[in-house]
Amino acid sequence: MEPRKSSPGGVRILSNLPHMIEKKESWNSRLGVILAVSGSAVGLGNFLRFPGQAADFGGGAFMIAYFISFLLLGLPICWAEWAMGRHGGVRGFNSCPGILAAVSRKPYAKWLGIIGVIIPVVIYMYYVYIEAWCLGYAVQFLRGQMHFENVEESTGFWFKFIGIEENGSAVGFGWERVGAYLLLVFALNFILIYRGVARGIEWFCKYAMPALVVLAFIILIRVLTLGTPDPAYPDRNVVNGLGFMWNPVKYYVESYDPDTDVWSRDYEVMSDRQIRMARAEVQASPNLRLHRVGMTDQLRKPDLWLAAAGQIFFSLSVGFGIILTYSSYMGRNDDVVLSGLTAASANEFAEVGLGGLISLPAAVVFLGVAGLAGVGLGTFDVGFRVLPMVFGAMPAGNLFGFLFFFLLFLAAVTSSLSMLQPGIAFLEEALGIGRRQSVAILGLITGVGVLFVVYFSKNVKALDTLDFWVGTFLIFILATIEIMIFSWVLGIKKGLALAHDGASIRIPSYFGFIMKYVCPLFLLSIFTLWMLKNVLGFSFERGTAEVSGYWRDLFVEPDPVAWLCIAIILMIGIFSALVIASSSAYSRIESSEKEAAE
Amino acid sequence: MTTGGWIIMVLSIGFVTGLLVWSVYKVLTTPNETERMHGFEFETPDEKRERQPKQ
Repeated sequence: MEPRKSSPGGVRILSNLPHMIEKKESWNSRLGVILAVSGSAVGLGNFLRFPGQAADFGGGAFMIAYFISFLLLGLPICWAEWAMGRHGGVRGFNSCPGILAAVSRKPYAKWLGIIGVIIPVVIYMYYVYIEAWCLGYAVQFLRGQMHFENVEESTGFWFKFIGIEENGSAVGFGWERVGAYLLLVFALNFILIYRGVARGIEWFCKYAMPALVVLAFIILIRVLTLGTPDPAYPDRNVVNGLGFMWNPVKYYVESYDPDTDVWSRDYEVMSDRQIRMARAEVQASPNLRLHRVGMTDQLRKPDLWLAAAGQIFFSLSVGFGIILTYSSYMGRNDDVVLSGLTAASANEFAEVGLGGLISLPAAVVFLGVAGLAGVGLGTFDVGFRVLPMVFGAMPAGNLFGFLFFFLLFLAAVTSSLSMLQPGIAFLEEALGIGRRQSVAILGLITGVGVLFVVYFSKNVKALDTLDFWVGTFLIFILATIEIMIFSWVLGIKKGLALAHDGASIRIPSYFGFIMKYVCPLFLLSIFTLWMLKNVLGFSFERGTAEVSGYWRDLFVEPDPVAWLCIAIILMIGIFSALVIASSSAYSRIESSEKEAAE
Repeated sequence: MTTGGWIIMVLSIGFVTGLLVWSVYKVLTTPNETERMHGFEFETPDEKRERQPKQ
């Protein structure tokens, strides 16, 4: 069905607000906006970060904290962003500063909204670099050049590919260098963003998201049918891989060293049969014991809650300012409650239903639990050190390796596109310029930033520092601002009424209490824990504190690259502030709101 | 994998799959939803300017 070019509703809204900026773009269809928001949320974290976090922090116990965080943190902020974004959009604002100011009717909110410009723009600077790795790996698998005997070899290839050993060593062209892939993905992103929200972002997501799901299912079937490929290692099988990821109660065989008087962990036991065998083994030996870590033991650990809430946060892309901008291209009576829930559930399905069954089981089948734990469960460890070796070792590995990294590439593009649109919307709105100029300005800013990240590749210092202060710290801040504006400044009754305009389903009334009290408190608790652990270096396990590397890089042993990262963040913030200060777009908010009320 | 692991896995995947299926079903079966999603303009400001005759 051809969408209408305008609607009576849209015209009426604008005619009631004569001073508002004329609305320029919108989504073509409801499924389009859902796919675009889902595409923004589904990224590398779904397939690489989530399984590692879940396995590292208690498996099944992690999932309990994860779903609680989804209901108390992810979904409420998600709905708040959708509702506020649409509200700002019908008043002619598509950027975070404009939307927050329009929703709150507080002039200072536009300054707070600068964070919502900084976050996506800075994240894009390093995300597009990782996107290029995915494309590079997909191409290398397609060329049949990815044969690694062990993790050391695959790690060596990755180190060389991204220039981890020396600054400037990542800059270069050729099949095994990241330069050409980076240029390609950078250009692809800006071509799509230039085409606009409907013909660029929505068009791409409409094809990329279904393709991504099909690819994930193909790889999933391959992984789940791997069985026990090496009879010499019967414990290295798919079911044990799933157990490593999902078992809610952990059993470890530990041995006693009389010299040091210490029990040390030998290996993790995965199945009921192995537990019975381990019990028999420890009964026969006084220097062995079976250590059981129950669900409640694990749920008492602050680290687990921090990891689960953080994963929900980053996975749903809440607090990035992206959903605000995306939903601002909707009409006044377009549903946001069901659309938001659908986009969030699509992300959860991709993460739990697909990501949770692919990466770790495949890795355990070829490396074993001990081998995988030895390499590490971080996003890059799993994705670029373990899995390339795993795909290289499995039958038809080149094909499946290509499909997997192409899947990651598609997921990354749909996410990186969403990081550009808030910046484009801000420039067009505040400066009153067209798409060509806004794309050129943002292209220049992000281009310089990407070159910075690529050049300072030693120990991925630039990427890591930007990810920490922007991709984590500022996201907590913006999410807190958003939920406080929605629940306290706008007011929960008005906020929910706003969300229910044109809604296909209603938000259950108890979510009002959750959004007003539980969510902000939960958020602040998690933020405090995060600050204690990651900035002040407090160890919840040992009760000791030692400042983190990120803090040390700035204030204890100043690192030039870390300080340059801070300079980039500040420069973008100052540039945004100057643009807002010189713009007349935001000064009309208050007077227009008064007119609308009359 | 232990029995507890199977239970957690089935419940987790069942929950997210059920939620997605229900949400998509509601999106596709709510009457006139597609029509409610309207566009104001399908051109970028640059394209609009270029299409309009110069005065």
